[in-house]
Amino acid sequence: MNTTALEKMKAAFPDATCSTVLDAVVVDVQATALESTLSRLKNDPSFNCGLLLDVTGIDYLEYPDPPKARFSVVYTLRNWQDNLLVQVRCAVADPQDGVTTASHLWGSANWGEREVYDQYGINFKGHPDLRRILNHWQFSGHPLRKDYPIDKGQICYETDSLEKEIKARLFENGIDESTMRDINTEIMFLNIGPSHPATHGAIRILTALDGETILANVNEIGYLHRGFEKTAESYTYNQVVPLTDRLNYCSSVINNIAYVKAVEAWLGVKITERAQFMRVVLTEFYRVLDHLVCIAANLVDMGGLTNYWYLFNEKEAAYDFISRLTGSRLTTSFTRIGGMYRDFYEGWEVDLKAQLLSIEKGIGDALKLVETNRIIHDRTQGVCILPAETALSYGFTGPNLRASGVPFDLRKDAPYYNYEAFDFEVPVGSTGDIYDRFMIRFAEMTQSIRIIRQAMQHIPEGPINVGDSQVCLPPKQQVYSKIEGLANHFKLIFEGVKAPRGEWYDSFEAANGELGFHFVSDGSGRPYKVKVRPPCFYVMGGFHKMVEGYMIADAVINLGCINIIGGELDR
Amino acid sequence: MALGFEAHLGNTVITTKLDAIINWGRENSLWPFIFGTACCAIEFMSAAASQHDISRFGAEVVRFSPRQADLLLVCGTISYKQAPILKRIYEQMPLPKWVVAMGACASSGGMYDNYCTVQGIDTIIPVDVYISGCPPRPEAILDALMKIQKQIEGETILQDRHKDFKGILD
Ligand code: SF4
Repeated sequence: MNTTALEKMKAAFPDATCSTVLDAVVVDVQATALESTLSRLKNDPSFNCGLLLDVTGIDYLEYPDPPKARFSVVYTLRNWQDNLLVQVRCAVADPQDGVTTASHLWGSANWGEREVYDQYGINFKGHPDLRRILNHWQFSGHPLRKDYPIDKGQICYETDSLEKEIKARLFENGIDESTMRDINTEIMFLNIGPSHPATHGAIRILTALDGETILANVNEIGYLHRGFEKTAESYTYNQVVPLTDRLNYCSSVINNIAYVKAVEAWLGVKITERAQFMRVVLTEFYRVLDHLVCIAANLVDMGGLTNYWYLFNEKEAAYDFISRLTGSRLTTSFTRIGGMYRDFYEGWEVDLKAQLLSIEKGIGDALKLVETNRIIHDRTQGVCILPAETALSYGFTGPNLRASGVPFDLRKDAPYYNYEAFDFEVPVGSTGDIYDRFMIRFAEMTQSIRIIRQAMQHIPEGPINVGDSQVCLPPKQQVYSKIEGLANHFKLIFEGVKAPRGEWYDSFEAANGELGFHFVSDGSGRPYKVKVRPPCFYVMGGFHKMVEGYMIADAVINLGCINIIGGELDR
Repeated sequence: MALGFEAHLGNTVITTKLDAIINWGRENSLWPFIFGTACCAIEFMSAAASQHDISRFGAEVVRFSPRQADLLLVCGTISYKQAPILKRIYEQMPLPKWVVAMGACASSGGMYDNYCTVQGIDTIIPVDVYISGCPPRPEAILDALMKIQKQIEGETILQDRHKDFKGILD
């Protein structure tokens, strides 16, 4: 597949350098050709890259034998129909001058480029709204540049007013000064959050209302920005695992797995059969838990507290199982590069089986209250509709994209860990309204449970870590009795697993959608750079497309049903 | 100023008995405001759910309006961007009020020793009880609640608390 894709790319872009890295075709272009390359990749039906997954910058200041330009930007694109992953990389000669924006091609470029500007100070010419996104507006400098000291905090004294942005948005929606002066339109600006029960934590929604109808909406994020990427640069690869827990605390193990899978892909490590099955069981189990919390909280937003107990209590019960498994409740850090922290405990099958049964009961109970509930139908059906093209343009993935009718799921389209051998379906919505986004999660839970049951039947015995002493810690027996064992242990702990020099991207179907990691390695045991592609960052970027034209109360439940997790959104 | 009532008494009247009864009322009807930003807030949800059942402590009336709360539970990381909001919410709460810093992040910045994370909320607002853990278990939240109750027991209505506190945002 990728060799033919590579040939095709080479033929289409004779001036660019094309190569393959893991599953992706990487195209190196000049800044002058960036815009035309991107637009061809998007619009040419033979490439058809409808999804712009992520944009990131790289600072080569401290890189051994760095390229001529200090900065570069990388666009990660995907043609979801043909499973074609393309990365377009472009050297940035002068960050002030920057490169041309791609925000007219994909909606997702808007936020992606803003983040690069915020973190690296690279300018995007023609961007409609280039300002900070994760850091506060009083911040000066660009933290992900290598010469920015990691501990140099900057105090924010006042929050941003967003007045200019909401006015611009109103104008874009065709509401100009004369409409605002019209006696029948009385625009009220309403701010919700960032500390408000309806915003589930740390998101700010500013709306311009006519009555209760939303005429314009802008969002402010970054309230939970805690410097994941900068911190990770000073840790060894294995030390980053606990940080990934805290990216998405509703499905920590999925994040652990996605992260180590990305590192293993580059190292060329093939984990053992048993570890693969363990990861499948855990991923699906956590997918269920993640959806449980999402639906439970969303039903509270709609006023249904009873459902909350039916669903959340099952999650609570699962904590006991997880504690037995990993030693902690929420932040598990259960994986290691090359395998797992430890094996399942004895008797886990019995516990898990019982757990699944009671989860199914909880789901059934909740569904009984929901399925034919008039209030829920009225409040969700035909509300906050998002057509498939808009969802794709804004970089939606996971349940939110599938709700809009796009059957894209990495487990089916680019399978790993033997997913192709499992018998399961990918639920797809028809309308792309709140109801679809909501019910799809119910359906996915059933499918996940189905996968777990199959995996439990076929899970083989055997080691859980690979035997390579450059990757996995040697057994304690060897550490205490042999000098090689001791040396290996020390080297791995102090220096970390050494990843060969290079850059790569790897992704995983997390509960919220495609969770990707873009790494740059300088050959040492610490990542030179890690960029997370969080699914809900881009979902939030398209939030206004879902709620404008609907009521303020709809926006509240819409925010619940897209499952925004602050840690992942703001990193 | 403390409760309007005792303001009129000045320090001429001994209010021990009054202290006892008011404190008893206060400690058994805490109304928490959950400033939940991150993972720790999920553990708070567990503390509120049926198994741990925070209502046994009379503290189940979770408010999201600072005007109706007297216990601020900061669950999660506070970034510099979030800090002014935390401060404003604290200021909007009527007296008397207590603050719990839940988890490593709120107490000290936790594992995030970097450019965006406030290294402990006590640089912004005064804190009464710190809970260790990343995240703490729900039982630890209940424990902190009991510590606050203990503290309230020994307080007097004649004194305003934390009048002289100065944080980085003041
Ligand atoms: S203390 Fe730990 S669990 Fe709590 S918010 Fe911080 S990182 Fe999350």
